[in-house]
Amino acid sequence: MAEPAIKVRNLYKIFGRRDREMVEKVKEGVSKSELLADHSHVLGLRDINIDMPEASIQVVMGLSGSGKSTLIRHLNRLIEPSAGEVIVHGEDVLQMSEKALREFRRHKISMVFQRFALLPHKTVIDNVAYGLHVMGKSKAEQKTGAMRWIERVGLAGYEDNYPAQLSGGMQQRVGLARALATDADILLMDEAFSALDPLIRTDMQSVLLDLQKELAKTIVFITHDLDEALRLGDKIAILRDGEIVQQGTAQEIVLDPADEYISSFVREVNRGRVIQAETIMDTPPPPGPPAENSIRVEKGTVLEEVARRMTEQDRDQAHVVNGSGEPIGTLTMRSVMAGMATPVLKDAIE
Amino acid sequence: MASLFNGLPDWLVEFPQLAGRDLRHMSRTIDQEYRAFSRAWGDAIENFFRPLLDFLLWFENLLIQTPWWIVLAVVVAIVWFASRSVKITIGTFIALILIGVFGMWEDTMRTLSIITVCTLLSIVIGMPIGIAMSRSNKLQAAINPILDVMQTMPSFVYLIPIVMLLGIGLIPGLLVVVIYAMPPIIRLTNLGIRLVDKEVLEAANAFGSSGWQKLVEVQLPLSLPTIMAGINQTIMMALAMVVVASLIGVRGLGQPVLQAITNQYFTQGVLNGLAIVAIAIIFDRTSQAYGKRLQRHREASHG
Ligand SMILES: Nc1ncnc2c1ncn2[C@@H]1O[C@H](COP(=O)(O)OP(=O)(O)O)[C@@H](O)[C@H]1O
Ligand SMILES: [Mg+2]
Repeated sequence: MAEPAIKVRNLYKIFGRRDREMVEKVKEGVSKSELLADHSHVLGLRDINIDMPEASIQVVMGLSGSGKSTLIRHLNRLIEPSAGEVIVHGEDVLQMSEKALREFRRHKISMVFQRFALLPHKTVIDNVAYGLHVMGKSKAEQKTGAMRWIERVGLAGYEDNYPAQLSGGMQQRVGLARALATDADILLMDEAFSALDPLIRTDMQSVLLDLQKELAKTIVFITHDLDEALRLGDKIAILRDGEIVQQGTAQEIVLDPADEYISSFVREVNRGRVIQAETIMDTPPPPGPPAENSIRVEKGTVLEEVARRMTEQDRDQAHVVNGSGEPIGTLTMRSVMAGMATPVLKDAIE
Repeated sequence: MASLFNGLPDWLVEFPQLAGRDLRHMSRTIDQEYRAFSRAWGDAIENFFRPLLDFLLWFENLLIQTPWWIVLAVVVAIVWFASRSVKITIGTFIALILIGVFGMWEDTMRTLSIITVCTLLSIVIGMPIGIAMSRSNKLQAAINPILDVMQTMPSFVYLIPIVMLLGIGLIPGLLVVVIYAMPPIIRLTNLGIRLVDKEVLEAANAFGSSGWQKLVEVQLPLSLPTIMAGINQTIMMALAMVVVASLIGVRGLGQPVLQAITNQYFTQGVLNGLAIVAIAIIFDRTSQAYGKRLQRHREASHG
């Protein structure tokens, strides 16, 4: 596998004045509540290790207070760790001088915020151009750079408005354009869509996925919403009380939740949108060409899509093909439905 | 009462104060030291303030010697462009006309000039102090008590050392006014910067802003409404000091008031007092309207 874009190693964060000492206590096994009760220090993160792959979306999911914002702020060092390493493209962020860190933030990594964090006294175009302005680019470069992204996120015509004149969804488009305008390879998004209405949120998720197809950035996306995590994440890490409790693809997490805590989330998930055809197909496929009445689906297609096509074409069999078009397994309507059902329902059907 | 506490030792009945002789000795020593200091340094300090005095005199002369209708037109124009309010502009015009009609034009010009210079000076000195305070809790803790003293110490008390040092005239008057009027701009600059939205500041950091970029692009613009409120208060406090400053030879609307007090000229006192009030209201309404206009972008124009 290729070298990950971001590597986090043994990262600890404890809030309080004697945080370094407290790291030792936490390593010895002191819990978050004991640390608070006996030592008046807040455990933010405990022994975090993640490899975030290049050019894909890494989601970090967890309930409010689980340490998501704390973790993402270590990646551009808005927060100093108590112990550990953060390696971005081979460079240790925590060893950077103040000047190197500024250059790193200007060119290599940018960020989108939950409550947008736009500059209220600047127009949309000046907000989007902010990163370029900080870099010291000329007025003309700022303008062309900003306009390109304003158009790309669908805000053309609003460039002279102030943020307060825009709806929440539009404001976050400005936030996204501002982050993209610096051409940084890495994009940090801290609950970027959580403040938006459900419909607008889905809309913004589509905008992000579209952009990602074209730009192939390394995106770190924070959310407390499992559906959002499953829709966006190429890889997902689940955080609880400052610790990572499971890492894997959406499918891995849904099919094999690591503990009761995660199962309780996963129960409510629309599995049809997560589980892929090859996961539940019967193998090996029968020898010879596929049956006459069987439809063909590509590897990686989610079950909901398979079911939709089978229903549309009024068939109840399908065969899954790999990248080069060879059949690798078969599905029936019944197995697809069973795969989509939640575990409780599944028992009933089978 | 005394009988009730009979038999107690003396020092529990009467406060055990320093002997009168010791107190007198202490005061005399300090006074003498200060006199020696002012003899040694008075001239140097005066020279230091010389350029300021020249500027003040030049500005005062400019206002007085320019024909009244030009000054009137300029003031009304400034008020209009700052406030964009017909009401405030017409009010200013009428007030200035009345001031002229009642023979207070020249004194009003003098007061306008010293208030303008004092306000500018307070901003130029006070804002950097406020900015520094906002960056360090220690500095804030050190400066706040000084500001409390500046604001609550009766101004007559610090008239004494200033007059001993610099004599009577415009510069000591200016100092007295600035000392009294500067605390609000310092306090509110500090407060405004501390209240800037943490997330916006974090965003500025995340994009690699330098300290200066953060100050100029984020902290000052976002704290502007608070800073404007500070400037407004500073102007009001400077105006409140006009009469006190006239005690040490600052000419302007304060002097006729002082005269009126000593000679019981009721009408003269009231007229000049009203002129001070009129100027205060003009400054206040104009600077507030200007501050509001700067904040227009905060209003949602639709949905
Ligand atoms: N500056 C701080 N001082 C003390 N505790 C903090 C600070 N910032 C965060 N915390 C604590 O760390 C934990 C994780 O916070 P956060 O990362 O904001 O969670 P999330 O983003 O997942 O909601 C919480 O218990 C929070 O109270
Ligand atoms: Mg958070």
